[in-house]
Amino acid sequence: MAKKQKPKLAVWKFASCDGCQLSLLDCEDQLLPLTERIDIANFPEASRAVVKGPYDLSLVEGSISTPHDAERIHQVRRASKFLVTIGACATAGGIQALRNFIDVKDFISIVYATPAYIDTLKKSTPIAEHIRVDFELRGCPINKEQLVEVVSAFLQGRKPNVRPHSVCMECKRRGAVCVMVAHGTPCLGPVTHAGCGALCPAYHRGCYGCFGPMETPNTREMSAAWERLGVKQKDLVQIYRSFNAYAEPFYSESRIHESKIHQG
Amino acid sequence: MNFPLNRAMMAPRGSVTETALKVGTLRMLEGASLDRLFGALSKRGYRLLGPAVREGAIVFDEINSAADLPAGWTDEQEGGTYRLKKRSDDALFGYAVGPHSWKKFLHPPAERLWQADRKGKTFEVTEEKPDTQKTAFIGVRSCDLHAIAIQDKVFLNGYYVDPLYKARREHAFIVAVNCGQAGGTCFCVSMGAGPKAAAGFDLALTEVCEPERHYFVVEAGTDLGAEILAELPGREVEGREKAAAEDTVASAAQQMGRYMDTTNIKELLYQNYAHPRWDTVAARCLTCANCTMVCPTCFCTTVEDVTDLQGEHAERWQKWDSCFTKDFSYIHGGSIRATSKARYRQWMTHKLATWFDQFGTSGCVGCGRCITWCPVAIDITEEVRAIRQAPQSPKSSPVGDKYGNS
Ligand code: SF4
Ligand code: SF4
Ligand code: SF4
Repeated sequence: MAKKQKPKLAVWKFASCDGCQLSLLDCEDQLLPLTERIDIANFPEASRAVVKGPYDLSLVEGSISTPHDAERIHQVRRASKFLVTIGACATAGGIQALRNFIDVKDFISIVYATPAYIDTLKKSTPIAEHIRVDFELRGCPINKEQLVEVVSAFLQGRKPNVRPHSVCMECKRRGAVCVMVAHGTPCLGPVTHAGCGALCPAYHRGCYGCFGPMETPNTREMSAAWERLGVKQKDLVQIYRSFNAYAEPFYSESRIHESKIHQG
Repeated sequence: MNFPLNRAMMAPRGSVTETALKVGTLRMLEGASLDRLFGALSKRGYRLLGPAVREGAIVFDEINSAADLPAGWTDEQEGGTYRLKKRSDDALFGYAVGPHSWKKFLHPPAERLWQADRKGKTFEVTEEKPDTQKTAFIGVRSCDLHAIAIQDKVFLNGYYVDPLYKARREHAFIVAVNCGQAGGTCFCVSMGAGPKAAAGFDLALTEVCEPERHYFVVEAGTDLGAEILAELPGREVEGREKAAAEDTVASAAQQMGRYMDTTNIKELLYQNYAHPRWDTVAARCLTCANCTMVCPTCFCTTVEDVTDLQGEHAERWQKWDSCFTKDFSYIHGGSIRATSKARYRQWMTHKLATWFDQFGTSGCVGCGRCITWCPVAIDITEEVRAIRQAPQSPKSSPVGDKYGNS
């Protein structure tokens, strides 16, 4: 085979905890075969070596939360052929999007000794609100098998096998007993995007939605079912308001329960 | 409703040896001797699969002996709830069907169909070898026998036969159990699918728990079943025992938690494509697909091709899919069933109407699983009842495109 240039992969970090990048490092067995096929050109978490763009595949972690990042993401887009966002921060704004529900200035004055040094945006927003994104991989953190699948699919020029249906389908395929029906444990599985393999229900816990909303989430009826299990309005606000708080269906649903609390 | 059971599947298995017993023979087996049956199956190389208590439910799993069965347990089922409860006796089969069905083994949730490896400029395909492990299913209820017969039609009777399903089916030995107690969501009587096992089994047990005695009335359904039955330490059934077994099944038939009127059901659904009830149920449905995952007759799958990072190896996997997902009806340009209304209607109309045109039977056997395991308690029997009623409010009658997307 003629010696072809290996595709160049870059990993970019925005506002995030680095957990999703670590999932890539965590791919141990797969990482070496990956480096045979691909040049890891920019991966701050793993190496300081930086190769100049353009890049064939960019993995973007983190949300946009500062004016500087809002500029930088456009440079990343320009330097990338395919751009895939990874994790709840990059696809939904992350836990830091909790600021979107209140005035961020109030936070800053409580948290920082010298608020004047802080240059931040009012909202933490997903990457897709700023640039065109080719594929969004969800999860907080992402599932490493899904990451390998996305990268393999990219290398082979095919569609990734990442389905947007409910967690329940994964739960049932693995033969787990439904915690909602059999134990009365509230579970967000029916409105949550698959990808984790139904990890929590398999350990007898309810899903708490870390992969964000599924393709057609009926959060209204999900909440009604939780209320029948005795869950209070304030807890319904909390459950939708975590890593994917700013993902539209969860955002609106938590707002509904918030206004119910205020109504008394 | 009439289910033509696929007895032909049963015929070639087992050698027709000179057994003293004939198909149809009834024998009495003491409760304590059930392990002799399991022993006889193990000796013939069968892996035993049967009910076991796990995660607060009765599931189907690998079992080794009668000690692994859910002795003294029962279940309480309603729309969207399932709870285990202790019984007042030590019955081994004193519960209805749980979250698992036998399709988990016969038509597994994920299976590899073939794999391919790069060989220089070409590649080599290796087909998946059919599984020839002999498997005994212990405790198959009548509704599930009907469900297996339905899946036989789907996978074996058409132009294309599924070789992996066929091998598993041919190596299965079925020990049916006649229900002595119906669950809160059962309606097999309405569907003509139970509670007594009529065909499609090798052996059928009826469990009788009396204050002083625990025994089984065992019926041989095939030659192989009769051959094994002849080896067990049973005896001829006495009239009293036979009557007790019949009473047990008759009482289950009286206890059905649900009822469905199936009169002209196919026409009913075909004529009520625009019934406002579809909007009502769609508003409640989570499109989570639990109903299709637990249904013992739902057979739909997707295929996923996976490749390794080096591009040297590829595999094709078949996985359970559901008509409740958007991808399921995706064709170029989008999903044909974009709304939950279109998806719920598709599912229920397939089960109760189009299935007749496609396979000559109902697609529902009345097992009640979709009612129990729906997180929001949507109930197929209630939906049929509602559709039978005249539309309440004609102005809410939906208009949509020809696929029902409104
Ligand atoms: S446990 Fe949760 S994810 Fe699993 S089937 Fe039940 S509701 Fe769905
Ligand atoms: S009917 Fe129930 S189980 Fe089925 S998809 Fe709708 S909510 Fe889920
Ligand atoms: S449609 Fe529901 S009741 Fe009918 S066979 Fe399927 S799971 Fe059982």
